[in-house]
Amino acid sequence: MHELSLCRSIFTIADRAREGRPVEIIHLQVGQLRQVVPRTLEYCWGLVTEQTELHGSRLDIDHIEVRLRCEACSATMPVADSLVLACSACGSGDVTVTQGEEFMLTSIDLGGRGDGQVPPARGRHGARSRS
Amino acid sequence: MGRFHRHEDGTAHDHGHDHAHGHEHDHAHRHDHDLGDHSGYDTGPQRVSVLEHIFGENDDAADANRAALCAAGVVCLNVMSSPGAGKTALLERTLSHLQGSVRAGVIQGDIETSLDADRLAGLGAQISLLNTANGFGGECHLDAPMVANALGRIDLDALELLFVENVGNLVCPAEFDVGAHHRVMVCSITEGEDKPLKYPVMFRAVELVLVNKIDLLPHLDFDLALLEANLRTINPHATVLKVSTRTEHGLDDWYAWLRARLAEEPVAALR
Repeated sequence: MHELSLCRSIFTIADRAREGRPVEIIHLQVGQLRQVVPRTLEYCWGLVTEQTELHGSRLDIDHIEVRLRCEACSATMPVADSLVLACSACGSGDVTVTQGEEFMLTSIDLGGRGDGQVPPARGRHGARSRS
Repeated sequence: MGRFHRHEDGTAHDHGHDHAHGHEHDHAHRHDHDLGDHSGYDTGPQRVSVLEHIFGENDDAADANRAALCAAGVVCLNVMSSPGAGKTALLERTLSHLQGSVRAGVIQGDIETSLDADRLAGLGAQISLLNTANGFGGECHLDAPMVANALGRIDLDALELLFVENVGNLVCPAEFDVGAHHRVMVCSITEGEDKPLKYPVMFRAVELVLVNKIDLLPHLDFDLALLEANLRTINPHATVLKVSTRTEHGLDDWYAWLRARLAEEPVAALR
């Protein structure tokens, strides 16, 4: 939905950081509470970079799960996919989200062939989970 | 990782190298061991640390909007909901009620038409319409630069209260700070009790939920207690007001809430 405008922001940041050099991979941290659909983001990245010097670069998305700290009992915990933001230990709804709202461009990998060709996917890259 | 350093011109990067040892880091990003040449190309990638928030540019524009509103003494509300929940009906009632006592304005986000803005015309408020259809597909939300544009067409010094009527959508508007002081939403009982669970980011982002179309309760199999319970699991602190923009049931509570916000000093920094 809003992935297109997000890709425009990513483009602006990456284009500034690369200082004219070719880019192969843009590394992002995306928290689970950010309503970003990775495949849509990757699709929009292709659209936004078309006919630019970033064409052929790809996004590497590091998913960050949601973690809470309970203000009532001080427990810390991950949140299940249902995203119920309540303490799983004591049931209190007075919780602080300590992780899972990230939306950051962490780094870029320079290189690639700079000829607009998409490099082949590599094992460690592409969407993955992190806890 | 690696030999991270910052140059005088503000750029920063690290020179990647393979590690067989662990060490402490004083910065937030993760420890990668996939540096070095695994690519099959002649040269390995050089990683440049960036660490920029992708919403940074929007957030800076939002802060500037808020500062301009504060300087003019205007309290600004970002009003969000799904399409058809009753944002425009609420504003029609509200502008009529405030006419003559509070100088109000509306920035109205609409993908294509001026239909909603036309409904609000003649109620004594300054209206600034923002069609988001330029670009392709039409933006599904208002962002801070768009609102900055609309603010430029409004005489802020003549206002006390400004509503930003966002595009009807429960997903995207929650992600973009437009520079308002308060985020409120309209949730109608024709939408189902499960909406807070399905759209937690939106329901968590707001301080007030107006549960609209409450006059339809006798005609629907709607479990109001379940909606409130679901809302509490997502946002235990939100104020909930049950209203009907059609019968005006409960609107006095909304007007009282608004006047309480007008009596406060607008907060310059939010987020």
